[in-house]
Amino acid sequence: MPKFTIDGNEYEAQAGQTIIQVAQENGIDIPHFCWHPALSVAGNCRMCLVEVEKTPKLQIACGTIVTEGMVVKTLSETATKGREDVMEFLLINHPLDCPICDEAGQCKLQDYAFDHSRGESRFVEEKNHKDKRMPLGPQILFDGERCISCSRCIRFAEEVAHQPVLTFVHRGDHVTINAVPAESFDNNMSMNVIDICPVGALTSRDFRFKARVWDMSFTDSVCPGCSRGCSTRIGVRNNEILRTEPRNNPNVNSYWMCDYGRVEMYPAVNEGRIDGPRMKDAAGKQQATDYDTAARVTAETLKKYHKDEVLILGSAAVPVEDNYAMLKLAREHFGKQTIPFISHIVGEDDRLLLKADKTPNSMGATLAGCVADGHYPHVHGEKAAHTTVLELLRSRKIKAVFALGDNFLTDPQLLEAFEHVEFFACHAANETITSRRADVVFSISHWAERDGVFVNFEGWAQSLNPAVTTNYQVRGRDQLNMSRLDRFGSPYDKWARGHKRDAREGWHFVQLVSNQLGSKWHYLHTEQLFEEIAATNPEFKGMSYESLGSLGQPIASKHSMVKEPIYQEVYQETGAPLMGSGN
Amino acid sequence: MGYNTKYNNPSTNRKLTLWEKLYLPEVIRGLLTTFKHIFRPKFTRQYPEERWDPPASFRGRPVLVMEENGSERCVACGLCSRVCPPLAIEVRASETEQLKERYPVVFEINMLRCIFCGFCEEVCPEEAIIMSKDYELVFRDPSEGIFGKDKLLVPKAELKERLDFLAEMRN
Repeated sequence: MPKFTIDGNEYEAQAGQTIIQVAQENGIDIPHFCWHPALSVAGNCRMCLVEVEKTPKLQIACGTIVTEGMVVKTLSETATKGREDVMEFLLINHPLDCPICDEAGQCKLQDYAFDHSRGESRFVEEKNHKDKRMPLGPQILFDGERCISCSRCIRFAEEVAHQPVLTFVHRGDHVTINAVPAESFDNNMSMNVIDICPVGALTSRDFRFKARVWDMSFTDSVCPGCSRGCSTRIGVRNNEILRTEPRNNPNVNSYWMCDYGRVEMYPAVNEGRIDGPRMKDAAGKQQATDYDTAARVTAETLKKYHKDEVLILGSAAVPVEDNYAMLKLAREHFGKQTIPFISHIVGEDDRLLLKADKTPNSMGATLAGCVADGHYPHVHGEKAAHTTVLELLRSRKIKAVFALGDNFLTDPQLLEAFEHVEFFACHAANETITSRRADVVFSISHWAERDGVFVNFEGWAQSLNPAVTTNYQVRGRDQLNMSRLDRFGSPYDKWARGHKRDAREGWHFVQLVSNQLGSKWHYLHTEQLFEEIAATNPEFKGMSYESLGSLGQPIASKHSMVKEPIYQEVYQETGAPLMGSGN
Repeated sequence: MGYNTKYNNPSTNRKLTLWEKLYLPEVIRGLLTTFKHIFRPKFTRQYPEERWDPPASFRGRPVLVMEENGSERCVACGLCSRVCPPLAIEVRASETEQLKERYPVVFEINMLRCIFCGFCEEVCPEEAIIMSKDYELVFRDPSEGIFGKDKLLVPKAELKERLDFLAEMRN
């Protein structure tokens, strides 16, 4: 346990820790480009130069291991001058095209040029010109001129993505990064290099030039792409999601998220939405209706059938609260012990993040009391005769179905078995094959538009936050990350208003239907449901939206899995922009 | 004490002389001044037949500089929109094949909101949005007040005076 001092204060380090690690843990920010806590130490940007007493030259804080009695100075004149000189070198060939660059506003080089540079260049010669729009992979474009050769992307490809195809080519100030000939960085983790790039050299084809970072409101959320449930941050402008990026959560996803979750999840929130409830008319065509009529018709129709003829479906795609409410309805009015939900298992787990289970909340739905399809022991008291939803439907005993938001009719067998269903009411956010089949459609909010809790496959519960507003949901409990347009824009700004959809959280409709059937529920907010769950379900004991915070909590039986967060307080590598939240 | 005390306080008002208190002579003196000016040269501008050409330092409505090849100089960095105090500017960027990579696919200024402060011109890193001499802004409908690229883009040649002025004032 070596003790040493940084800028006159004494700190204790673990054996083998480097200066920058101890500094980060203690809230001292040593500027750095190439060092990343999840990658190996390269030591080639030279930005973290500090003065260490009794060494002849400045040392790099990322590569110098702390020894007993070491005296480190980060603010001394020599260290400051060293950093200023490094900045001057880095900026010699940098194109300074911040007005064009997507990184501007969250760029390390920009911030450090402000904090650690003299502010002017003595270089009057022509700058080096390199490739400006070179694709490194299907999702990534590389701008050689902006690159400061920190090698983070090279190390990421090798160490995290396990696809070592990126490398430096050429020498001196002509050095640039390229993929190995005939290879491309085509990997499900590839877009993380865009986040870790300290400058704007690596840009996303998906996001390129969509918006400035300070124009977007950032809201903490959870990726709904698979049962991993990576912690994410959603960038919204004009009530439209423009990008998702990972958030550091050591217990779930470290610093990363996969490309599938990043680019394929958010378009569903922006496009193809069901705007308001719908009901099939006599001609079998879906027409817009209002919530009360839809709920009344659903309740009245469901009442007509015998309890055993009604199938209530939970969903692993919606939060715990909705499943809890649906199960409560099923128990109160249809005498069911439990309700099934359909699993969506596609492909296999990758070795890193992506799970085969492509729904975010299988664990949560199970904990709420639902059972995965095929795993429940008794349905309507008949032992094992009909163990799956499919078999149940094929037996033609089911006449009416009421389902939570889940696009499960993509399975052709289920769709075929649905032929004999006389009445189908479902929750849906998007226009899908399921919603088209339904007689009554309740338009629900997407994961990005609501509160709620997802529990991932390891039992880690995380709460969602509304990032996009609907007619019934204003944005977030935390207003701090809102952009200037969202905070100060008025309803008369056509670009700040966006399109608000007529959608509500799923439990609203369950409540409406349940009250039509005779219950007396009075839930006003999702949080009330979660409070009830936390009070009654031992796995969620003691949890609240407040205690879940931004990083979540493990369920009671998984308390042993908590890892200490690494550098959580000061280290926000792929963070929200530094500027832009204020006016 | 409140402001403007000196003029509101009756005790400091000038006492009128007897001649002034007679009233009519002072009225005649005033009318004489009026009639005298009828025969002097006129300063009134016969707007709109006769229009004023403001100096280059004048801050009229903001416009976008159109380069000789017909494309906008703007790279859609959004700084004008960020700095605009009344949130009057909207910029949406997209990619172009040109060297500068980025251009505004939508550029709108809500001229009902614009306060002619010139911050957009000051912050612009490309000298792409500048204040023009245009002071004539009339709308019959609020929606007409939102100027898109069609109204904002002005050929560089027409803006030469202001561009020269800016170049001179810069250093």
